[in-house]
Amino acid sequence: MISLTSPVKTRAHHWPAGLKLAGLCLASTGLFLTGSMVVHVTALLLVLALYAAPGTAFFRAGMCGMRVVVPFVLILLVWHGVTGDWQSGVLITLRMVTLIGLANLVTMTTGLEDLVEVLQHLTAPLGRLGLPVHLLDTAIPLVIRFTPVIVERAGTLAEAWRARSCRRPGWRLILPLTLQALDDADHVGEALRARGGPLGSPQQEP
Amino acid sequence: MERNIAQIALFAAMIAALGLVPQITLGFGVPITAQTLGVMLAGAVLGARRGAAAAGLFLLLVALGLPLLAGGRGGLGVFVSPTAGFALGFPVAAFATGLFVEHVRLHSAGLAAGLGAVFGGILVLYLLGASGLALVSGKSLIEAFRLVAVFIPGDLLKAAITGMLVQALARVRPQMLAWHRVPAGPRDFRL
Repeated sequence: MISLTSPVKTRAHHWPAGLKLAGLCLASTGLFLTGSMVVHVTALLLVLALYAAPGTAFFRAGMCGMRVVVPFVLILLVWHGVTGDWQSGVLITLRMVTLIGLANLVTMTTGLEDLVEVLQHLTAPLGRLGLPVHLLDTAIPLVIRFTPVIVERAGTLAEAWRARSCRRPGWRLILPLTLQALDDADHVGEALRARGGPLGSPQQEP
Repeated sequence: MERNIAQIALFAAMIAALGLVPQITLGFGVPITAQTLGVMLAGAVLGARRGAAAAGLFLLLVALGLPLLAGGRGGLGVFVSPTAGFALGFPVAAFATGLFVEHVRLHSAGLAAGLGAVFGGILVLYLLGASGLALVSGKSLIEAFRLVAVFIPGDLLKAAITGMLVQALARVRPQMLAWHRVPAGPRDFRL
């Protein structure tokens, strides 16, 4: 499964994930609290510098990830331009780009295992309150495993459709896809139960 | 219990897959991805609680950095982008859809699911999505709503498809729809 973690290893890969997330929260809150243009421009330049620090390959990958914000930047600028408050439009756009850039940076430098570990720490108190958070340990790998399976199956169904019809396949593929997913869920549920699954109350675990 | 977890996980995977598979784009001039269709389906098939759990699980994996949102987006940046309201609204939308089908008793499962999808997947989701956009862009809710309203026709189509899919599902796997009580009397086996 492709992850958004950057293959270019940086020093930030070794920093504790919790620290990076806390930093991200602090930076985001700070930017929302201030309305100063200077602070926002500095923050954006700082984020760009962070992207550039590990080298060109990392920078290019990071900017690729930022491409999706371009339409939003245009919409926001035009929108504020039409209504005549350029100043706040530029400020809001700067803040948005900086925050998305910073958040993507954390995602790029933090592996899935590290984030799952943080998640377990964060949900531990909820587990003590009686919420079944231990089920996440089973559910997350299941989703990661089955997403490519369903994508592949949709491809197979589309091929079968194209072999029989000259119209393009569309939403009609979703019914067999849903049925197969529901049947899979039955099988997986049985398999989990048969193996004495980790799904009872958390106290039962060794 | 184990079956519930498996269904929640499989539907989270369905929501992801529907946003990623190019063949299932609903083309009518502009390609519309089917991701929110997955959210509507999760609520309409699994019901409020499990549907919301499926959408929430999907969202959690997006936050953990998997590129599962339509167009291969993902990561923490999603939650500060202008579309954050829509993403965070997915579990609420699935819950609202499920709540509708569970509490509004209609003879036709498809009609209930379709209307539920309009309620949860459009009314509730757009309210949250427009609020998110208003918050990020610094505009009023009304202005934000006007901007996102262009996507409503596509989502109405998805709600209709949800209805048709659930109608078909009620015929071939009636036991899968926990909320759908088959009306008493002789069973109708027409197809």
